[in-house]
Amino acid sequence: MTIANPDPLSVARDNPASRLVSKRELFLGFLKIGLLGFGGIAPWARHVIVEERQWVTDKEFAAILGIGQILPGPNTMNAAVMLGDRFQGIPGVLLCLAGQMAMPLVIVTSLAVVYERFAAIAEVRAALIGAAAGAAGLVLGTALKMFQKIKLSPMPLLIAAIPFLAVGVLGWPLVPVVCVVVPLSIAAAAWERNA
Amino acid sequence: MSVAILVQIARVFAVLSLVSIGGANAVLPEIRRQVVDVQGWMNDAAFANLFAISHAAPGPNIIMVSLIGWQLAGIAGLLVATLAIMIPSCSLAFIASRAVTRWSDRRWLQLGKEGVVPVALGLIVASGVSMMRTSDHDVVTVGISLLTAAFVVFSRRNPLWALAAGTCVGVIALHLGVLT
Repeated sequence: MTIANPDPLSVARDNPASRLVSKRELFLGFLKIGLLGFGGIAPWARHVIVEERQWVTDKEFAAILGIGQILPGPNTMNAAVMLGDRFQGIPGVLLCLAGQMAMPLVIVTSLAVVYERFAAIAEVRAALIGAAAGAAGLVLGTALKMFQKIKLSPMPLLIAAIPFLAVGVLGWPLVPVVCVVVPLSIAAAAWERNA
Repeated sequence: MSVAILVQIARVFAVLSLVSIGGANAVLPEIRRQVVDVQGWMNDAAFANLFAISHAAPGPNIIMVSLIGWQLAGIAGLLVATLAIMIPSCSLAFIASRAVTRWSDRRWLQLGKEGVVPVALGLIVASGVSMMRTSDHDVVTVGISLLTAAFVVFSRRNPLWALAAGTCVGVIALHLGVLT
């Protein structure tokens, strides 16, 4: 497998749309994301797309995830659609989606076949508990790393605390929280630019 | 297997796809209501079982819907359920993608993109924390979560190493009798 060797100029730019990602790269990248995507796709998507292959920057990735969040459907699946379309149009979309779903579909049906027999084994249960704890840490670590890379100014940082507290700590439903915080955040961004 | 069940699968999940803002976790209660209460396709125990299996597999959590289709109508059910949950929401994402590209120089769109960044970041922290609440019940699991998070922050290596280590720690803790 060839690992993309990004042109440093386009990576340095905030919007590296000029960096061309081939159809093959898209499919293989999302195949890997789907295969690794234990405990949720987002951390793996960031690892492969931003860290490993540098298709987009951390900030661009967060924006794509954010747009994916306010649309129906899993935000990572929406992100796959948007990235596929950006780099290779409709064929890119189809390749990203197929790549993302192929391995998980095979694995989940295989698991369903053997589950009854293996779920009774204590080691399997313990391994799943350990993996679930690891997956939670993975998501937390990914968020912290994105904060570290994006370096929000104080006001957006304060706004980021709202969905965290409302959804993560207080357990409020996601949709109303997003409906309130997104306009607030956009207003703050407009205010900060004019200030 | 009849065509009627496939049509029903397609209808139920296509509608769910359009309302699934927030992804699988947000619509899980509605999926359960449809599958167990409204359609009577399976009982609660069977549903819980499929939930556990889909979480043990990699991939988007929405894969649970594929598994439901598979249980109901085999490979055809799997394909129909998967396409039904994907096509509506992905089509909307595609339209959004084209709109974002087309109006990328507009100020309102730039502000919109700027505005969703902190929300997305805050929500990822939130989902990490709520996953920890669900899966971490003792010192060992909290330790696994925090060390994995630290690994992601401080290392550029593949997080699979941390995840594999966490899995091994789980098994070792079982044998030491410290896993609750």
